[in-house]
Amino acid sequence: MALFVKEWKQGTRTLAVWTLGIAAMLMVCIFLFPEMKHEMDSMTKLFANMGTFTKAFGMDLLNFGELSGFYGVECGNVIGIGGALFAAYLGAGMLSKEEKEHTAEFLMTHPVSRFCVVLQKFLSVMIQLVVLNLVVSLLSWISIRVIGEQFPAKEFVLLHGSYLLLQLEIGAICFGISAWIRRGSLGIGLGLAAVLYFLDLISNISTDAALLQYITPFAYAKPAHILTAGSLDWGLAALGIVYGAVAAAAGFWWYCRKDLTA
Amino acid sequence: MNAIETKNLTKNYGKVRGITDLNLTVEEGEFFGFIGPNGAGKSTTIRTLLGLIQPTSGSASVLGQPLQKKASYLADIGYMPSEAMFYNEMKVGELIAFSAKMRKQDCSKEAAMLCDRLKLDTGKRVEELSLGNRKKAAIVCAMQHNPRLYILDEPTSGLDPLMQKEFFELLKERNRKGATIFFSSHVLSEVQHNCTRAAIVRDGRLAAMDRVENLSRTNTKKVTLHGVSQLPVSLEARSVTAAGDMVSFLYQGEIRTLLDEVGRLPIRDMTITEPELEEIFLHYYEEAGSGPVDQKAGGRCSRKQEVR
Repeated sequence: MALFVKEWKQGTRTLAVWTLGIAAMLMVCIFLFPEMKHEMDSMTKLFANMGTFTKAFGMDLLNFGELSGFYGVECGNVIGIGGALFAAYLGAGMLSKEEKEHTAEFLMTHPVSRFCVVLQKFLSVMIQLVVLNLVVSLLSWISIRVIGEQFPAKEFVLLHGSYLLLQLEIGAICFGISAWIRRGSLGIGLGLAAVLYFLDLISNISTDAALLQYITPFAYAKPAHILTAGSLDWGLAALGIVYGAVAAAAGFWWYCRKDLTA
Repeated sequence: MNAIETKNLTKNYGKVRGITDLNLTVEEGEFFGFIGPNGAGKSTTIRTLLGLIQPTSGSASVLGQPLQKKASYLADIGYMPSEAMFYNEMKVGELIAFSAKMRKQDCSKEAAMLCDRLKLDTGKRVEELSLGNRKKAAIVCAMQHNPRLYILDEPTSGLDPLMQKEFFELLKERNRKGATIFFSSHVLSEVQHNCTRAAIVRDGRLAAMDRVENLSRTNTKKVTLHGVSQLPVSLEARSVTAAGDMVSFLYQGEIRTLLDEVGRLPIRDMTITEPELEEIFLHYYEEAGSGPVDQKAGGRCSRKQEVR
């Protein structure tokens, strides 16, 4: 527990910066909406006819004249990319920072099992992501009420829930990777998050690349689907949970037996 | 009971040698020195005992428990790493408290006493600390929970002489109360002055292990001749150093032979003294041949092993 508290204290500043950064960008988008609303009718047509670009972002399925459609695309990308990068950053650094900063030796010579250390660090990643998403979605919800718009609660929860799940998956995968790779796990993590995002764009554009949806978590965190169907693609979400769990388990397994560098 | 016992402990990093077939015994209550040059395997041995790295083969026990049970025996160990690195953003006080919390103990009184004796400012941030002050923080973290066994990896580097003295005072107090001290060093004088027993490791192998007085008692003499600049080839001299018209060397053979040889030289003056422990060990570090130390150690290390 002491380690968990330490990680929380150590991480609060970064967490606050990312949370407020993402929330601020969402809020800017939301507060711009009333101004843009009237022009959106023509914009919707324009956006719906931009060929592959339209397909990539699912813009043909959403109505930009309504807040939900606008929020789905604009804000979905902000929290999707921002959240994924933060999850990768947090997950990839949590274990590897101890070796990078040469504190692993100090930490691991206390009477705690490696498993216990890894568990506290893993939970720390998960909890920080949950906190980020709770704060962001709360601020977002308040902003929506402030501009006097409505957003169906169920869809709002599903949308933000899917982004949380996406971040947990990426966080867990990067956490697992960082147990195996001592140096450069941060770069690999951030790269992975970006690649997964682009894989989703590709799978949206080309039907030949439909298989990619089974790889990238952005396939289930998809506003166009959630807002039109009113539900998540639970099959893809479950697959994502499996990926995250397998990667984290592999990380646990290896970190509990590997040699720590001085 | 043995505080530390290793049996044929071997650790290789891939193809790189760490330690090879190390058999080490440290009894409870001993003040034990672990000596060797840089890269000899001292830290590898210590890191294996602490469970930071897995041995390639062989086994070891610490405080009677096998390496697999490190989470339980680490509670009774105070460890000081050679490079004391901590969380930079913490204050020293927070760091010490964190270490105590990780041990689920309240060590605040003991910590305050240690900080006072070591003159450590607990209000500073770790990143502002000099090496010496980081070492002091490491000492407090290693001692505040009154462990049964102290494992200290080159603890005195970076400490000023006064602090070194205070540090050894603290260790001796703990040792008198029954704690075992195991510390690695390449400063031989501090081993000679503080330890009851010592082991020497070289090239990953145990070269000798004995009581300190036995290790330093040899039939080697340090001879200095004035008035000559070279020695006759027939003289079995080691560690020869020549400066101007003076030659000094270590001599281990018959004293009568020495006198006969020297008698033929045009010397002005001559001194024969006991060599410093440093000189014996220095020779030991440098040369692969059997030195005075391993002869004394009762053939624990054969010449064949040595040469490898």
